[in-house]
Amino acid sequence: MTIDLKTVKHISKLARISLEEKKAKKLANDMNSIFEFIEKLNELKTENVDPLTSIAETTLRLRDDKITSDNIREKILKNSPEKNDDFFVVPKVVE
Amino acid sequence: MTEITSLSLFELIKNIKEKKISSNEATKSFVDRSQKSKKLNTYITENFENCLKLSKEFDNKPNFDLKLPGIPIAVKDLFCTNEVRTTAGSNILNNFVPSYESTVTQNIWNEGGILLGKLNCDEFAMGSSNETSFFGNVQNPIAKNLVPGGSSGGSSSALAANLTPVTIGTDTGGSIRQPASFTGTVGLKPTYGSCSRYGIVAFASSLDQAGPMSKDVKDSSILLEVISSFDKKDSTSIDFKRNNYSSELTRNIKGIKIGIPKEYRVDGMPGEIENLWKKGIEYAKDCGAEIIDISLPHTSYALPTYYIVAPAEASSNLARYDGVKYGLRSSGESLIDMYEKTRSEGFGEEVKRRIMIGTYVLSSGYYDAYYLKAQKVRQLIKKDFDDAYNKVDAILTPSTPSSAFKIGEKSNDPVSMYLNDIFTVPVNLAGLPGISIPAGRDKNNYPLGLQIIGKPFDEQTVLNIAYSMEEKINYKNNITDWWIE
Repeated sequence: MTIDLKTVKHISKLARISLEEKKAKKLANDMNSIFEFIEKLNELKTENVDPLTSIAETTLRLRDDKITSDNIREKILKNSPEKNDDFFVVPKVVE
Repeated sequence: MTEITSLSLFELIKNIKEKKISSNEATKSFVDRSQKSKKLNTYITENFENCLKLSKEFDNKPNFDLKLPGIPIAVKDLFCTNEVRTTAGSNILNNFVPSYESTVTQNIWNEGGILLGKLNCDEFAMGSSNETSFFGNVQNPIAKNLVPGGSSGGSSSALAANLTPVTIGTDTGGSIRQPASFTGTVGLKPTYGSCSRYGIVAFASSLDQAGPMSKDVKDSSILLEVISSFDKKDSTSIDFKRNNYSSELTRNIKGIKIGIPKEYRVDGMPGEIENLWKKGIEYAKDCGAEIIDISLPHTSYALPTYYIVAPAEASSNLARYDGVKYGLRSSGESLIDMYEKTRSEGFGEEVKRRIMIGTYVLSSGYYDAYYLKAQKVRQLIKKDFDDAYNKVDAILTPSTPSSAFKIGEKSNDPVSMYLNDIFTVPVNLAGLPGISIPAGRDKNNYPLGLQIIGKPFDEQTVLNIAYSMEEKINYKNNITDWWIE
C-alpha cells in the first residue's frame, strides 16, 4: 500500500496543518517508508487477541464535581494570544 | 575537597546536612558552571536568580529533615512549572507560562529542592537525539558534535556535564534510558502509574512516565522516592505501597533470577554491544544472580506497534494547540485558516510527521487495520513479559543498539532514527520499570549502557540489581570540560 499526495493532503486537512506542495511530497515519502516498516504487523494473526487499551487494569476514578482551584482567570487569560476583557478572541466565525 | 558540582546527590545532601556546604554555596557552584557551559545549549529557560534567592531563604531557615534539603535541580522542559515558562521544546509553546505545577516537580519542591532551570528536549519529547527541539541541538559533553540522546537530551547533557546534581526526564519509548546510555549516566523509567503525569506536557498518554536521571544508582533511588506518589489528579496514577527506595537499597541480590532474551540479539547489532551484554551477564553472575535464557517472541513487533500507538495518541493530545487560549498564533483569514497556519508554523517537521501518521491511523476506514491491530499486538508483547516473569525476577539487555552518534548523522532518515529505541520501546508498551546504567565504552570511548527491566511495581529489585552491578562495573565518565568558556 502506498500513501499518495492526495491522501497526504486529505490527512493534513483533518489534522488542521497547512502544507506546501513540496513539503507534502516529502511527507508522502516519509510516511511511505514508515508504513512499510509498520506493515510488519500483518505477519501476526490477532483475530483472537483482545486489544490492550490500558496498561493499568483499573477503572477510571471519578471525583466530586467541586471547584478546587482559586480564581485564576487573570493568569489563564495572560497566556492567550488575543483577548478582549474576559474573552478569548478568534477570527470572525458568524457573518 | 572535590568540587561541589561533581559530588553525587547523596554526597551533596550529606554535606548540606553536616553544614559543610550551604544551599546557597551549592547553588552558586551549579549556576557558575551552567553559565560557563552555554555551548552545550542545555537550558531553554534559566531560573538562576530566583534559585539563588530561594537557596538563601533555605539557609536562613534550614530544614534538614527534608529529602532534598536546599538542593538546586534543573528539570526537563516538559514539566509545567508555575510562573516559569514551559515550552516542551516547541515554537508553539514558546511563550507559555503555566499557572500550575506538575505533581512530580511539586513533590521535589516539597522535599526542599529548588528549580535551577528548564532543560532542552526534543519537541514534545518526539526524538532520540534532541535535534527536533525548536531551541537548537544540545551537545553531549562526552565529545564535540555528538548527540546527547533524546528526548531528555538537555537533561542527560546537563547531568553528565555537572550542571545539576540530578535531573528528571520523561520516557515514552526510551527518552530517559537512551540519553542516559549516551552520556554515561543512570536513567530510570518507573512502572506506568508510579509517577503522576499531571502537569507533564502530554505526548502519548498510555506510555509517558517521568523518572529520575542521576550520576549513580543510589541517587536515582533517592529521587524516585521523592517523585513517585499516588495522585488523584492523574486518572491512571496507581495507589500501591511505595518502598523507601533509598533506605531499602541493597547489594545483596544472591539467587535473584535474571533473564536473557534471545530476541534482543538483533540483526546487525555491533560486536561491541554484543560484548558489552556478555560482560554484563558475567557481572550479574559475579553479584550472585542466576542467569536464565528466556524468550520474548514478539520483540521485533514492538517498534512498528509503537509507531502506531504513540503517534495516534500524540495526534489526539496535540489537537489542543490551536492558537486560541495559549501559545503561538499565526494570522489567518478565517478560524480554520488560523488553526492551519498556527499549527503549520508552530510545529516542527518531526512533530508534524507524527501527527500526520497518528491522524491517518485513526482516520475512518483505517482504524481497525492499524490502531486496533497495534493494540492487539501490544497485548501479545505484554504477555511475553508476563510469561517471562513466571521464570525470572528481572531481565538484562543492552540499552541501545549503538553508542551516541554525530549531530546530523541520522536526522534525514526517520526510520533509522526510530531503530535507536528498539530495546527500550517494549518496556513502555508493557508499562514496566527499566533502568539504564553505564557499563562500558565503544571504540571511540563513547559510553554504552545496559538495561535492567523489572516486574511491574518492582523498582526496588531493578535498583538493587543496578546498584550491585554498578559496583562491579566501576564505570567513571572522563569528561574534559572542552566546552567551558
